[in-house]
Amino acid sequence: MKKLLILGAGTAGTMMANHLNKKLDLKEWSITIVDQEPQHYYQPGFLFIPFEIYSERDVVKEKKQFFPKSVEYIQAPIKLIEAEQNLVILQDNTRINYDLLIIATGCKIAPDEIDGLEDGWRKNIFDFYTFDGSVALRNKLREWEGGKMVLHLAEMPIKCPVAPLEFLFLADWFFNVKGIRKNVEITYVTPLSGAFTKPRASAVLGNLFETKNINIVPNFNVSHVEAEDNKLISLDGKEVEYDLLVTIPTNMGDQLIERSGLGDELNFVPTDKHTLQSKAYENIFVIGDATDIPASKAGSVAHFEAEILTENILSYIHGKPLEAHFDGHANCYIESGYNKAFLIDFNYDVEPVEGTFPLPGVGPFSLLKETTINHWGKMAFRHIYWYMLLKGIPIPTVPPHMKTSGKKL
Amino acid sequence: MAEKVIAGFTVNVTEEGYLTDKTQWNKEIAAEIAQELGIEELTNAHWNVIDFLQKDYAETGKLPTIRRMKKEGGISTKDLYDLFPEGPLVKAAKIAGLSKPASCV
Ligand SMILES: Cc1cc2nc3c(=O)[nH]c(=O)nc-3n(C[C@H](O)[C@H](O)[C@H](O)COP(=O)(O)OP(=O)(O)OC[C@H]3O[C@@H](n4cnc5c(N)ncnc54)[C@H](O)[C@@H]3O)c2cc1C
Repeated sequence: MKKLLILGAGTAGTMMANHLNKKLDLKEWSITIVDQEPQHYYQPGFLFIPFEIYSERDVVKEKKQFFPKSVEYIQAPIKLIEAEQNLVILQDNTRINYDLLIIATGCKIAPDEIDGLEDGWRKNIFDFYTFDGSVALRNKLREWEGGKMVLHLAEMPIKCPVAPLEFLFLADWFFNVKGIRKNVEITYVTPLSGAFTKPRASAVLGNLFETKNINIVPNFNVSHVEAEDNKLISLDGKEVEYDLLVTIPTNMGDQLIERSGLGDELNFVPTDKHTLQSKAYENIFVIGDATDIPASKAGSVAHFEAEILTENILSYIHGKPLEAHFDGHANCYIESGYNKAFLIDFNYDVEPVEGTFPLPGVGPFSLLKETTINHWGKMAFRHIYWYMLLKGIPIPTVPPHMKTSGKKL
Repeated sequence: MAEKVIAGFTVNVTEEGYLTDKTQWNKEIAAEIAQELGIEELTNAHWNVIDFLQKDYAETGKLPTIRRMKKEGGISTKDLYDLFPEGPLVKAAKIAGLSKPASCV
């Protein structure tokens, strides 16, 4: 028997287990998937928890129910990948030899990377990129009466690059509904040159900050936090004061990648952006947030990648060239408050533009436009995620490659 | 996409003046973009940064982060800010003829 081993049973790993279980000859191959956590978190839902749109139970399910019976699931932390020896070692020193390895260990926030964050952590400094963080922030907002709220982005790349914008728009809506918006100053601090960096999106979305009365501090590369004085300090000495700091710290791949000598300076694995094969080892493939490819780190991206990677793994096993090419396709809703949302669809070469999705000229979703239907699309996505996406059931009319029809190019 | 004459050369640029074709880049163009950005003269220290950006871009297919410039390029963040005040990556990338550091929107 040959062994296909998947590291990480989050969005990407779970989808790969389901795809490959259908496509591999199970008389010849056995599939094993390893993850440290018993629970699967629907991370896009973390955005909604602070604002009480979702509660804890909307975003957590047992991992086990998403794996096919013939896939072996091991719940354990992974200690090391010995790529030269085709070997993975778990925390309890169990050794697993593989013929083919898929790395899907994702990425997570690394608050240690910013000096001083820890001093105010979960007092008046919060995150919403973790389950615990979003719940703690919700509890804080229940009692918070207002002041300076600063949303801070430490550095790119982060997973779901639109999440900070959505957080700001929802915060504006939330405080309005609560009747305390006049007591809250909302400021966005970013290392980028602005909230929007792509011309077409800027033209459409650019005035949202003004109409919603959200301040922005661009070109701010954080040096450290002075928690005692409630100040963010930049590398060139600029200061921003806060009463409540919501930060998106540096996002990094798991330390496993560093321990195994397989990553770049942020523990992302160098990966071919079209074939998803690792650059260092032929029999290692990488998918989802764990890669270093210049695509967005998003569940929708992992979903499109999974279809491409399944084809390439079959080609690899049969000694054929890797012909399926990922085009960087991403499809993301941008929640904008008041039950409305934008939708963007783009790839490596085409920036977000206006149009309709998924059916050219029909929709029902509008690209780069604020509509109520887009909002309901985002809300429905949770069900699509649990019941279709994770199980590898294709979504009708949404192929992995980006369509150019139906777009104003 | 548009055409622009920089230092006497006609080049293809984005709406914001970033070169879209790396093969059209040369040192005179770099010097003129630098001046537009308020950097009077490109010193050896500036060139060190530009060279690293271009080399790293050629190897990885993307713009390095400030963190990577420190770790792989040995360029201290303080020097980077002294050389390219305000937005060092944004400015250095433009001068080096590379794309703008961007998010998806
Ligand atoms: C706040 C927020 C909002 C988001 N919104 C959206 C959205 O609207 N749309 C969208 O498409 N995407 C969104 N995303 C992004 C999306 O959730 C991720 O891109 C997606 O989950 C990535 O899947 P993955 O499998 O690569 O990583 P993950 O799903 O994070 O899975 C990685 C798995 O690896 C395991 N693991 C890691 N290291 C080890 C180890 N050493 N040992 C054992 N197990 C290990 C982890 O336990 C985890 O289960 C959002 C993310 C956040 C945080």
